[in-house]
Amino acid sequence: MNPIASPVATSWILRYLWLIPALPIFAAGVSALLPKAKRRLSATLAIGSMSGSLVLSLAALVHAIAEPARQIVNFPWMQFGAQWVSLGWLLDPLAAVMLVMVTFVGLLIFIYSLGYMAHDDNFTRFFCFLSLFAGAMLGVVIANSLLLLFMCWEVVGLTSYLLIGFWFQRPAAAAAAVKAFIVTRVGDLGLLLGMVWLYAQTGTLLFYNNGAGCLESSAVAAMGAHFTAAGMAVSTAIGLLIFCGAVGKSGQVPLHVWLPDAMEGPTPVSALIHAATMVAAGVYLMARVYPLLDHTTLAVIAWVGAITAVFAACIAVAQNDIKRILAYSTVSQLGYMMLGLGVGGVAVGIFHLITHAFFKSLLFLGAGSVIHGCTEEQDIRNMGGLRRFMPITFVTYAAAMLALCGFPLFAGFWSKDAILEHAHAWGLSLGPYYLGAIGALLTAFYMTRQMYYVFFGPQRVAEAAPIESPRPPEQCIILHPHESPSVMTIPLIILAVFAVFLGFVGTPAWPWFQSFLSATPLAFSMHAFMEPGLIALMLYSSLLVFAGLLLGWWFYGRKAITRATDPDALGRRIPAVFGALAHRLYVDEFYKYTVIALARFASAFSAFLDRFIFGGVVNLVSWIVTGLGWFDSGVDRFVVNGGFDLGCREVNFGGRLIASLQNGRVQTYLRVIAGALVIFAALLLWGRRG
Amino acid sequence: MITFLTLLPLAGGLLVLVVGRSRVVARSLALLVALASLAIALAIWHGFNPAASGFQYEVLRNWAPSLGMSYHVGVDGLGVLMLVLSGMVVLMSLAASWKNEKHGSLYLALVLFLECGLFGTFTALNFVHWFIYWEVSLIPAFFLVRLYGGPNRNRASTQFFLYTMVGSIALLLAFLALYLATGTFDFVDLARLAQHGQLAAAFANLHWGLGPPAIGEALFWAAFLGFAVKTPVVPFHTWLPATYAEAPSETTMLLTGAMSKMGIYGFLRILLPIFPQEMQHALTPLLWLAVATIVLPAFAAWYQKDLKRTFAYSSVNHLGYCILGVCAAAKFTGADAALAQEKSAALTGVLLQIFSHALTAAALFWFLTLLERRAGSRGINDFGGLRKVVPVFSGLMGIAIFASLGLPGLNGFPGEFLIFKGSFPLVTWPTAISVLGLLMTAVFLLAVIQKVFSGPVNPRWQAMPDLTAAERLAFIPVIALMFLIGLYPQIITGMIHSTIAQWIATLTPGVTL
Repeated sequence: MNPIASPVATSWILRYLWLIPALPIFAAGVSALLPKAKRRLSATLAIGSMSGSLVLSLAALVHAIAEPARQIVNFPWMQFGAQWVSLGWLLDPLAAVMLVMVTFVGLLIFIYSLGYMAHDDNFTRFFCFLSLFAGAMLGVVIANSLLLLFMCWEVVGLTSYLLIGFWFQRPAAAAAAVKAFIVTRVGDLGLLLGMVWLYAQTGTLLFYNNGAGCLESSAVAAMGAHFTAAGMAVSTAIGLLIFCGAVGKSGQVPLHVWLPDAMEGPTPVSALIHAATMVAAGVYLMARVYPLLDHTTLAVIAWVGAITAVFAACIAVAQNDIKRILAYSTVSQLGYMMLGLGVGGVAVGIFHLITHAFFKSLLFLGAGSVIHGCTEEQDIRNMGGLRRFMPITFVTYAAAMLALCGFPLFAGFWSKDAILEHAHAWGLSLGPYYLGAIGALLTAFYMTRQMYYVFFGPQRVAEAAPIESPRPPEQCIILHPHESPSVMTIPLIILAVFAVFLGFVGTPAWPWFQSFLSATPLAFSMHAFMEPGLIALMLYSSLLVFAGLLLGWWFYGRKAITRATDPDALGRRIPAVFGALAHRLYVDEFYKYTVIALARFASAFSAFLDRFIFGGVVNLVSWIVTGLGWFDSGVDRFVVNGGFDLGCREVNFGGRLIASLQNGRVQTYLRVIAGALVIFAALLLWGRRG
Repeated sequence: MITFLTLLPLAGGLLVLVVGRSRVVARSLALLVALASLAIALAIWHGFNPAASGFQYEVLRNWAPSLGMSYHVGVDGLGVLMLVLSGMVVLMSLAASWKNEKHGSLYLALVLFLECGLFGTFTALNFVHWFIYWEVSLIPAFFLVRLYGGPNRNRASTQFFLYTMVGSIALLLAFLALYLATGTFDFVDLARLAQHGQLAAAFANLHWGLGPPAIGEALFWAAFLGFAVKTPVVPFHTWLPATYAEAPSETTMLLTGAMSKMGIYGFLRILLPIFPQEMQHALTPLLWLAVATIVLPAFAAWYQKDLKRTFAYSSVNHLGYCILGVCAAAKFTGADAALAQEKSAALTGVLLQIFSHALTAAALFWFLTLLERRAGSRGINDFGGLRKVVPVFSGLMGIAIFASLGLPGLNGFPGEFLIFKGSFPLVTWPTAISVLGLLMTAVFLLAVIQKVFSGPVNPRWQAMPDLTAAERLAFIPVIALMFLIGLYPQIITGMIHSTIAQWIATLTPGVTL
């Protein structure tokens, strides 16, 4: 019965690869059953399982380096008729790199959470959800089946929902959680349709199955030859539908609206899920199904990515919440990853994904440290001068900020430059390149603005707190900003090292990362820098970064920001544009008055249809029948005079029984029905005789 | 075995009435009977050979041969699934009303009578006694609503009774005509005639002055009406929200968990095998009815202010996917083997969805029972922040809600996935539009969570007690089963694959899979 001759896994790491997601899921299951008071046990389980997964992931990476050929294990899952739906897992360089990134960053954030969530009532649940998230995310990474990937993907979405709404008593958090789930589900439904279409086309959802998988050449070639009614290649349509899922999950325009709101969750959650891993799952998905994507799909991905990169960077300029700035920055950087994937292939996009995971999670953890040290303050206007109180946070934050801006030699510089370089070399259009370059300038600008607001200038008390902050004013006063405990600062320091140096694994001179992912031979050569145009491009992009930093200094650093109520320096110059940006370009409002209003109307209309149209017809019929019933009972009483009663004694009995239960109408109905039945039956019999 | 299983709850119900003085004895006895029934159903499941096609545990006795009546029972993969499902839902419903003092021995007996009707319906293979069970199950349901329901119970129960009655009569007339044409009431014989194209020829015997195709279509629509009302299919569903809302929640568990499945069962056991050509001709309207059944209630559910009505509409929506799957499987596909496989995916999905919806819907209404008993209220806006007050209740109900919206890993997903997987290549556009139903399901279910469980605690419920130890214990198997089916659906699909394969062989003659 088993249709899959599962290859005997030669290496132990491949055979036990499933343990990597299973360990955290097991920890989550156990800690779901633990009583609230078992805080230490829950955290131990989570961190222990994550460490175990990290060790296994490192072993998987070592194995993948030694043996870069893709290895798979498939197994049958459920059966329909004579067919089987199969699932499986795989190990290849792409999966191995992601595994290590997720487990490593995840473990650091778990440890950081020990400090950050120390006073929280639902500490146990927090680690339960976090572990479940980690398990599902690791499942996404090792899935060798679009179906298994989709299943883990949805569970990841669930945990994101649970963790955004972790402080469920705050209505804003509950609303943000629902928004995140629904908006990503819009994309997921596209993915679902793409998936069932792919299944119908190729007869399998296994990515690789010794030549019979849906990503392998025979299946892909067959799909490219089919065309839809609209003249589009089927593979394009499927690719675009799958991309819908990635747009939702990775916060690409136009489905980016949930990600900034997701900042309602605890900051470690923002760092892990909404910066480093889950939101990057969309990029990973596209990298995984890359063999399926044709030129049209890739072009769409590149354009969507480029537009998102600039769009979100613009909005980030005018935000005042420290986490929202970072959230828009994440959206923007995810756009870069998509752009890189679209124009330069898997390695380019994933390289930026990995470096970004480190420096962006560092930024979020730094922001968490700031928020923690400032008694839950999140408005950057109410901060200021924190570099004196929080030196470690300041230094690590600065490192991450420079990495994000793409400051030469920092991690982000190499990965972002690779994207811009490929965008420049893209044959179709230079548009994405220019968009990406503008985005780089904006990134440097808004990060400088944030740095000056948070860490420089005098310390500003919260006189203006009620402007946007929903919290009562007495909580907003910064009395004693303080550095966070070492359980929080040590992860910062470790991440900072990576934010600075990680880029060196993928420089043009020594592109180890790219060659590992794309299985090409590797050589060290400084001559790579001498390729025509490369140095020039690097210079341009560095100049853009310097320009951004300089502009930021010009507006926000030159003259210290002294009072929280001071209007924004840029906002004073261009109030109309700045205002629109501060309102996030009214995208939420646009959806509110279009899509949501339409859905509300449809819902009211459906209820109306039910009540007055479908229900109305039924009522009409019932009145007619009642009328007939009166007529019939009259005929019955005066004309048939009992003869009819004999024919339906049983019905009468039932009728009387029901009539005794206080309502006379049923009796009438039943009599009509019985009468009709007799007539119809007679007609039938008569018809037979005739 | 099957006959014994069917009669057991009937006898049990009578016994409950006899000893009914003491509620303690009555409810223990009722629970025991339900447990025994489930055990026998599971024994049948266990003894069922999933590799063999055709009916098992079959009994065929002559009754009144001259009238085409015989006592014919048996189960295939579908039947055995329905038996376990009925036993499970009835047990859950009785467990839910354990603490309900209003539900005396009459209530318990009526539930058991209903179980008898369910078992009979899902095993009978001859129309005559099948129809008796079909109607018999309606009567206890009617009284359960009428005697124990909410303030508008009279109107709701009357509407429920009459509406289903009209459907039943249409069905009865259709079968009378079938009998007159063929001389048999036996489902298996009729299906065989239909498969070999002899049914259409037999319609000529009716001398109605219509061509056989027209007669076939008329009979099909009459039978369809019977099942469409029961399932229900939009627009024949208006009895449902009122009935589900007015019925005591324990009864609603039965109505949505088991009785609504009688309609889908009819689609699978009667319409698809006996009227395959007619279904193919009527495919377009049927598909749009299925889409309407998926999409409209999903939107309407969002508009409801009463939790029971919300979940009632959700129930219609979920059964809509089953209708979609059945209709997709009815499509004419000629000799295309790939599409025949898609049909088997769709039908497997339908069966999974039937079982999984029974489990989820019964669990959800069970939670509503408990909520209503604690709060005496069930308006969606009456609560808030319950997660803080009753964390275990909220957590477990949350699991059931996510099962209902089809989260992978829980029981709702495999069925919905297979239905979509099978239907998409067969009937692309209706399937694509049905995705809206999935989206709206998430919207209104998350709205429920947001309004009931999240936000600041409503001070009215500050002192609401969480689930008791006994209640937690009772939910363990239910929640465990949700995970089991979600993670290992083969436990069900492994039971039904031969049945599905056989159906596909009849639906697409000449195609070898």
